[in-house]
Amino acid sequence: MTTAIATSTSPTHKDGASGSRRPASFADVARSEWVKLTSVRSTWITLAVTVLLGVGVGTLISGLAASRYSTDHHLHLTWDPTSVSFRALVIAQLAIAVLGTLVITSEYGTGLIRISLAAVPSRRRFLAAKATVFTAVALVVGEVTAFAAFLLGQAAIGTSAPHATLGQPGVLRAVIGAGLYLAAIGLLAVGIGTLLRNTAAGISAMVALLFVLPGLVQALPSSWANAITEWWPTQAGSQVYALHGGAHTLSAWAGFAVLIAFSAVVFGFAQWMLVRRDA
Amino acid sequence: MRSSTTNIEVTMIEISHLTKRYGTTVAVDDLSFRVEPGRVTGFLGPNGAGKTTTMRAVLGLDLPTSGTVTIDGRRYRDLPVPLREVGALLDAKALHGGRSATKHLQALALSNGIPLSRVGEVLQMVGLQGVARRRTSGFSLGMSQRLGVAAALLGDPAIVMFDEPVNGLDPEGILWIRQLMRDLASEGRTVLVSSHLMSEMALTADYLVVIGRGRLIADTSISDFIESGSVSQTLVKSRDDALLASRLTQAGLSVRPGDAGGIVCSGPGIERIGDIALEARVALDELTPIRASLEEAFMELTRDSVDYIATTPSGAHSSQSAATSEGSLGQLNNLSEEAYR
Repeated sequence: MTTAIATSTSPTHKDGASGSRRPASFADVARSEWVKLTSVRSTWITLAVTVLLGVGVGTLISGLAASRYSTDHHLHLTWDPTSVSFRALVIAQLAIAVLGTLVITSEYGTGLIRISLAAVPSRRRFLAAKATVFTAVALVVGEVTAFAAFLLGQAAIGTSAPHATLGQPGVLRAVIGAGLYLAAIGLLAVGIGTLLRNTAAGISAMVALLFVLPGLVQALPSSWANAITEWWPTQAGSQVYALHGGAHTLSAWAGFAVLIAFSAVVFGFAQWMLVRRDA
Repeated sequence: MRSSTTNIEVTMIEISHLTKRYGTTVAVDDLSFRVEPGRVTGFLGPNGAGKTTTMRAVLGLDLPTSGTVTIDGRRYRDLPVPLREVGALLDAKALHGGRSATKHLQALALSNGIPLSRVGEVLQMVGLQGVARRRTSGFSLGMSQRLGVAAALLGDPAIVMFDEPVNGLDPEGILWIRQLMRDLASEGRTVLVSSHLMSEMALTADYLVVIGRGRLIADTSISDFIESGSVSQTLVKSRDDALLASRLTQAGLSVRPGDAGGIVCSGPGIERIGDIALEARVALDELTPIRASLEEAFMELTRDSVDYIATTPSGAHSSQSAATSEGSLGQLNNLSEEAYR
């Protein structure tokens, strides 16, 4: 390391600090969180994976499904081109959940959390700013993924099967809903990550919430399974990007409200624990 | 040291009856002391004594079980712009390895509304301007320490706290950080620096707070500390050591043979020994007060509060106390060698 020995410190220590001394605000912390989020490679990787899975795999699935349409007559009864183009969101949501977990657990993993909380002693403000910045990014990426998956998916369906357009009833709501859903899953992951303070534990919990537990529920008697599936937060939330509700499902916005309410409760609990626990 | 304090606000840390328990372990036990501006206060204690816990409590990271920590009468979490008042280096390796030094400091600066131009200034100050855009995963411990110091100085704070800052620094870095701490103090700032190395404190601190097992052992200036910890002894060499030794013993003084000849007399000062030698008509060749080093004074004071001590392998019950002091001294010496490597 070639470094000059700097023996002089700041010459500005006249009345304690350089510049103004206005109190730090929520906007300051949000700007700080924006720099943190955008300055590490894992953010760009997980966001790219979200888009790639949602759009790339979605388009592939749409094309394959459409090619089967002419030969598979059962498909005609249930054909829903909007849902077909969103089928890959099931995988894409995991990538956004990983990033949501990482934005907080990476601070615990590295010990950076102590530096962050010394800089921002208001822990509620710290977590709120972090969640706001992340959720805003997740929402933009989620909407981009949703619109691209829909438009490219419908293009892949092309003329081999009936395709959907944004002008059809409920379609625009479903497309916007798909982006909202991804952002809500991301926010849920921030809450889970804050509670568990460990990357592996956080991601495992998200996998359990999204895939394992809903799968296990299917082993229960169908009357139980139907009721639980209807209200399971992540499954209820996914109704917001479904064009038609099936049996034992909540309506689009009621389902999404369940997911948001669940995420809010988890987040509120995480914030409360963050304030109570030693960093 | 206090020459330039006139126009600078007086900012001090006040720790009052601080107790911190983790489960059944008492990390800090009814600790009270003040850290005053304009001098380097060394915060000294064996490993596990509670130094880091205390510093975390100052920063509001760990909530006290009881007691208070205040910065000019305010709790840390009530400071409107904390980085402008307190700069701390706790754990140099607490960095996201994928983030560059510049981005790390920018995020910190923004969170407290500190102008981003300050980031370049502090990087220059610690000599990291050449690697500012590199990801910190490639940083050595010494470079990370420098980045930690940069982060601590970001808000130009009136109080700085460094936890074991010389760890991992090369000799040049050690000289640099000692000078930096003295400069910060001479500018009127409050400087608290922790170490488990007495020798390091002897070189930088003006004032000492010594703790062991979470309790205050000493809160004193460096010179008073040596006085209080030292057992006064005098090395005496004379033409007739045997005669002098018996006269000293008769006078009620305790005497033992010196390691390199002569006799070592414990107890009162040189004058008394001189008088006895005169009465015995024994010519003296040497009369030297043996001053305890800081290291010895530290050992003396913390002997009962060292958590981890090396003991002799087996069946050493008879020499338990000797093994204790030797073991911990050996440990300290090893550590000091490490720091200077």
